[in-house]
Amino acid sequence: MLTIIDYKAGNLTSVKLAFAALGVETRVTDDPAEIRAADRLVFPGVGAAASAMSNLRNAGLVDTLKAVTSSGTPFLGICLGMQILFDHTEEDGGTDTLGILPGQVRRFPDVPGCKIPHIGWNQVNDREEYYFVHSYYVEMNPFAEGTTEYAGVRFASLVRRGNILASQFHPEKSGRIGLKMLSDFLSWNP
Amino acid sequence: MLTKRIIPCLDVIRGRVTKGVRFQHNVDLGDPVEMAIGYSNGGADELVFYDITASAEHRPIDIGMVEAVARSVRIPFAVGGGISSLADMERVVLAGAEKVSVNSLAVRDPGIIREGSKAFGAQCIVLGMDPVGTDDPSFPSGYEVTVRGFRERTGLDAVEWAKRAVDLGAGEIVVNSVDADGTRNGFELRLTRLIAEAVGVPVVASGGAGTPRHVADAFTEGRADAAIVAGMIHTGEWTIGEIKSFLSDAGIPVRRTW
Repeated sequence: MLTIIDYKAGNLTSVKLAFAALGVETRVTDDPAEIRAADRLVFPGVGAAASAMSNLRNAGLVDTLKAVTSSGTPFLGICLGMQILFDHTEEDGGTDTLGILPGQVRRFPDVPGCKIPHIGWNQVNDREEYYFVHSYYVEMNPFAEGTTEYAGVRFASLVRRGNILASQFHPEKSGRIGLKMLSDFLSWNP
Repeated sequence: MLTKRIIPCLDVIRGRVTKGVRFQHNVDLGDPVEMAIGYSNGGADELVFYDITASAEHRPIDIGMVEAVARSVRIPFAVGGGISSLADMERVVLAGAEKVSVNSLAVRDPGIIREGSKAFGAQCIVLGMDPVGTDDPSFPSGYEVTVRGFRERTGLDAVEWAKRAVDLGAGEIVVNSVDADGTRNGFELRLTRLIAEAVGVPVVASGGAGTPRHVADAFTEGRADAAIVAGMIHTGEWTIGEIKSFLSDAGIPVRRTW
């Protein structure tokens, strides 16, 4: 069953409703056994990295996440759920994150005229626009399949490695094009 | 490139979308969910719903409507009006709204911005403000913030209040000009620009949009990141597609496929 990992980092309603719009039932859980047994996993997240990491530790999910991301189970990280897959973030005075993917997460520079958070519809690979809401970004890396430019920075907005797919943008809030990505994820066999 | 957002505003009274001028002469425009679907399919980048009489009538926000919208559209939307506590914010967010807009509540209790921002993230907390032009020198920006449907002045300078709200954790500011609201004579560009240049978070221009040129002006002269449109599209006079074509021709980046 399609399983959404709940670690008290933001609101899961939109993700559930987007899959419901595709006619797919979802289960929301923080139970490590259920997560290990899932067919497909969604790892959303909005909010601060440090509290997200502490929630994951308290729920005993750090090892679970390391296991499922190397098991071949199709795995979709969204927003903060993408960022904390990497090694480290500048957020909250510097926070070590899961280290499942190598790379760094940084804060957008203060550039006159470029507001933080980066909110709105921005292009991925200079083509279609998806909906973004974030203040930190994943640095360019070898797994970046999609890149986006903001505040003079080009960052990784979609990464893929093995069974892991992760987007900085919110497919669940990106209209028809976002639903298409979620639908593709449902039939993805990495 | 980050595109400029066009945000239809739906003023809701007892489950129906209405439109008035300066909160008066309201006419029925339709069902909020049907209109949300129509605008989403028509290229709206985001939606905002104001339950405009909830506060005055001491009613809680219509959560059933928020849930129905969340089930029906896959674009972000904000909800305002009738929010009187952190618990109200949570109900709106859990019902599927991306953002909560606070206005009178934040003036009465600025701490709610910090609490909301801490609980749901700055991106979730929108400060709505209704400034009115004034010659009174005690307001350095020339604009005083009003509340309660423009009926009450607050003694707050618009720019000072915007900065303070951002310090407290607001992630976006909707600047709704009292003088321009409902006139369809164009946004109050000086006010929009004053706020947009004073804060580091996105600013949404509101009040006065009547033509695509007005919307373009909000982005160029007004320095806004997004613009709210209401009457000009509710009447059917303009579509969002037409506004976006105009903006695109004027060299303003907009989302063109939806």
